[in-house]
Amino acid sequence: MMTMDQGAAPQTEGGEFVVSPHPYATQLRTERLAREAALGSRRETLLYLNGVNKTFDGFKAINNLSLVLERGEMRAIIGPNGAGKTTMMDIITGKTRPDAGEVYFRGEVDLTKHDEPAIASMGIGRKFQKPTVFESHTVEDNLALSLSGSRSVLTALLHKKSAADAGKIDEILATTRLTDKRKRLASGLSHGQKQWLEIGMLLAQDPELLLVDEPVAGMTDAETEETARLLRDIAQKHSVIVVEHDMHFVRELGVKVTCLHEGSVLSEGSIDHVSRDPRVIEVYLGR
Amino acid sequence: MILARFLGPRVIVLVAVLLAAAVLVPAATLALPASSPFHIPAYLVPLIGKYVCYALLALALDLVWGYVGILSLGHGAFFALGGYAMGMYLMRQIGSRGVYGNPILPDFMVFLNWKELPWYWTGFGEFWFAAIMVVLVPGLLAFVFGFFAFRSRVTGVYLSIITQAMTYALLLAFFRNDMGFGGNNGLTDFKDILGFPIQAETTRAGLFAASCVALALGVLVVGAITRSKLGKLMVAVRDAESRTRFIGWRPEYVKLFAFTVSAVMAGIAGALYVPQVGIINPGEFAPVNSIEIVIWAAVGGRGTLLGPVIGALLVNYGKSVFTGLAPEYWLFVLGGLFVLVTLFLPRGIVGTIDHGWSALRERRRAARAEKGESMGEGGVSSQAAE
Repeated sequence: MMTMDQGAAPQTEGGEFVVSPHPYATQLRTERLAREAALGSRRETLLYLNGVNKTFDGFKAINNLSLVLERGEMRAIIGPNGAGKTTMMDIITGKTRPDAGEVYFRGEVDLTKHDEPAIASMGIGRKFQKPTVFESHTVEDNLALSLSGSRSVLTALLHKKSAADAGKIDEILATTRLTDKRKRLASGLSHGQKQWLEIGMLLAQDPELLLVDEPVAGMTDAETEETARLLRDIAQKHSVIVVEHDMHFVRELGVKVTCLHEGSVLSEGSIDHVSRDPRVIEVYLGR
Repeated sequence: MILARFLGPRVIVLVAVLLAAAVLVPAATLALPASSPFHIPAYLVPLIGKYVCYALLALALDLVWGYVGILSLGHGAFFALGGYAMGMYLMRQIGSRGVYGNPILPDFMVFLNWKELPWYWTGFGEFWFAAIMVVLVPGLLAFVFGFFAFRSRVTGVYLSIITQAMTYALLLAFFRNDMGFGGNNGLTDFKDILGFPIQAETTRAGLFAASCVALALGVLVVGAITRSKLGKLMVAVRDAESRTRFIGWRPEYVKLFAFTVSAVMAGIAGALYVPQVGIINPGEFAPVNSIEIVIWAAVGGRGTLLGPVIGALLVNYGKSVFTGLAPEYWLFVLGGLFVLVTLFLPRGIVGTIDHGWSALRERRRAARAEKGESMGEGGVSSQAAE
């Protein structure tokens, strides 16, 4: 043990130097430990929802919902209409404020305190149910507007195209199989291609987490398969939450599944586990 | 060359035409004898100059309506404020030549028994100060108005209504005598601008040239903005605002930028308009005026650079001709024109021509691609050459 009156000279103990911890360093360490203890169970998570509630005009859209997404995980979310899937996404992306509950990103960022652009800039990308792209721009420009980087209006006014940006756009075009459509207006794309372009726009933001709402609604079987491939591809580098009705598609993704019902989690686990769950069969699959 | 490629050939041609007009029209009225077939009678110069100011105003509206999708029904307010700033300078230039001969106070203040100039008239004796106010007052109003409106996410019809309410409120305020802007009569009876007699043919020619140069600059500015990444973002906000928000942009700032720049342009148009028509009164704030601007842009084609300029010139020429024939029917014609354009020409004149042209090109390209496919590599190389 060391005492202060022995002076600042380093002491040798068995031939090794023991450096007296600076009181400020000790204080910092104590604070860090306290902070980490406070983070508790959400410390290692990417997305942490605990006891979230949201009521619209007396209708409980989200009812004590708790959900945890690990870093790097891909999760499929299923559930009947009105189960709260879209409201959950609205809450995560800052469009809707929950009445109660905790919503944390990377274990430390309280998402209920930020709005949509701020949350998007933190690294959460969102694809809407209905494909939403900039119809009067070319495929290439759609991606260029989505590329991560400054979001200042004046920077955009003076922006010059860079080789790095062009490289990223090429890469995303290749991933989403839109390379030969790059000069086409987005309005001229097929429904499936618009969905892919929107996913490409999410990729351009280089987000940590992608929220993908019904990516295969209205797609042909071939397009559905292609989309599953695309999402599995993306999941290698990003965390993904996919909301989908198409059970065949969810099975193809081969990831952990959460079934929502009346605003809370009904069942969670592998697709086989969830689809055998009698409660899931009753409220969702059986109908 | 680089500039031409950045702005596109259409902007360059339009700017060249305007600069040529700035030289040729004054020359044709001042230098050519009245017997020459190219002579332009002096009375026409301020009339065409007025149209050019309207064209700048329509272009300003197009920046917010055509490119960002904000249907402002109050743009006449920014035009009128710019006009009033210029009018105040012109009033102070009258000096002791007014009816009451007061060297400092404009006639209407003497008439109201005012003893001294109100504080907000300070500085308007100087042209540079008035010129700054022409830009600053409309710009600041648009900035503050836009800041609150866009931040509260007021969009669509609701935004149109509050812009209309804004111009109506200003109309009522400027009608009041105790506002100190001449009340019902406004500001008029101007004598000099920058020391030149305002009625002189040479002064009017100069004002006409200035209007053309201002419009040319406006076209360059709008052209540069809309071709930049910010311009693409504006169109993105127009077409899918929530998408821009979810990829991290703040559409309210995009709108605020466009709205403020547009208001400044409208203010400049108003400032050039007032010395050419010789009067500014609260009537310029009338909601009808703002709606008329929308019609000009709609007729010409919103979201095109050329459209609002052509629309403003055509509709106002039509107005001049028609009000000469049957003045009481003009508003019916204007309303009918708007209905017809909305129903049968929703893209406006320029937009329809553009659309037809690009559809034709697309069809040709498709035909060529089909032919190219059958020939193997040929199609690819011809596309690469484009």
